[in-house]
Amino acid sequence: MNTKQTRTKQIAFLGLGASLALLLSYVEFLLPPLFVAVPGIKLGLPNVVILYVLYCLGIRHAALVSAVRLLLSWMLFGSTMTLAYSVAGAALSLLAMGLLKKTDRLSPVGVSVVGGVLHNLGQILVATVLLDTPQIAYYMIVLTVTGTVSGIFIGLCGAMLVKRVPPAKFFRF
Amino acid sequence: MSKERNWGSPVSGSAKKIKNDIALIVALLALVLLATLALLLLRTEGDRVVVTLDGQLWGEFSLQEDRTVEIRNGDGYNRLVIKDGKAYVQEANCPDGICSAHRPIGYGGESIICLPNKVVVEIRSQNQGQPDIIS
Repeated sequence: MNTKQTRTKQIAFLGLGASLALLLSYVEFLLPPLFVAVPGIKLGLPNVVILYVLYCLGIRHAALVSAVRLLLSWMLFGSTMTLAYSVAGAALSLLAMGLLKKTDRLSPVGVSVVGGVLHNLGQILVATVLLDTPQIAYYMIVLTVTGTVSGIFIGLCGAMLVKRVPPAKFFRF
Repeated sequence: MSKERNWGSPVSGSAKKIKNDIALIVALLALVLLATLALLLLRTEGDRVVVTLDGQLWGEFSLQEDRTVEIRNGDGYNRLVIKDGKAYVQEANCPDGICSAHRPIGYGGESIICLPNKVVVEIRSQNQGQPDIIS
C-alpha cells in the first residue's frame, strides 16, 4: 500500500545524498592540491556518498546522485572542459563498481578501489582523446597508486556509513 | 506491512572478500611496479625537443644546444628552457602551474604537458621515432 510513500522517501533520500555529495565537492575544492606536479590527485570525498547510495539502493540511484552532483559542481566550480573529464571518470567507475558489487566477490573497499582507479582511467582516456596526446597515459602509473589509496579510504568510509547508518532504520523506507 | 525491500547486509565483511580485496590491491600495485620498471629499462637518452601546440607541431629543437623558447598561444604563455641536455618549463601563466613544477626532462618519450595552454613538450630520441610503449 505504501509504494508511493516509499518512492517519496527515496526521492528525499536521493536529494539529501546529492546535496551532501555537492557539499563534499565543495570541501574538496577548498582543500589545497596534494601534489602540484601531478594533476588529478584527489581524495574523491563525494564518492563516499555515491558508494553509500550504491550499496543502499543500487546503481541507478547512485548514477542519479552522481549526475546531479557532477552537473551542479561543474556549474559552481568547474570550467568548460572539466565536465567531460568528470563524466567519463564517474561513468566508468560507477559502471565497474555496480558490476563488481553484483559479483559479490569484493567488499565495498575492493569495489571502491576499482572505482577509484577507473575514475582516473576514464579521465586519462578523455584527456588522451581531447588533447590527442598519448603521452598523458604515463600519468596513469602514478594515478593508479593514488586511485588505490583514495579508493581504500573512500571504501572504508562508505562501508562504515552503510553499517552505522543503515537506511532501512534511519530513513524507514 | 508495506512491500519491504530486502536490504540484506550490504557490508558483510567476510574474510573471503577481504582476502580478495587485498589480492586486488597487491595486483594493482604489482602492475604499477612492472610498468615503472619497464619504463626505466626501455628509456633512452633523448636528443630532440618537440613542442606541440593544440595538437599541431609548433617547433623542434636540439637537446644539445642550450636555449630559451617562448611559447605563446593566445593568452597562453610558457617559457621553455633547454639546458645541459634537459628541458623544463621555467615560467608559465597557466593557473595550475603543473608544467613549471615538472622536473626537467631528457629521456626519450618524456613529456611536460600544460593542459590549460594546450602545450606539450616532448623529448624524442633518434633510434625511436615515436615511443609506443603505451598503446
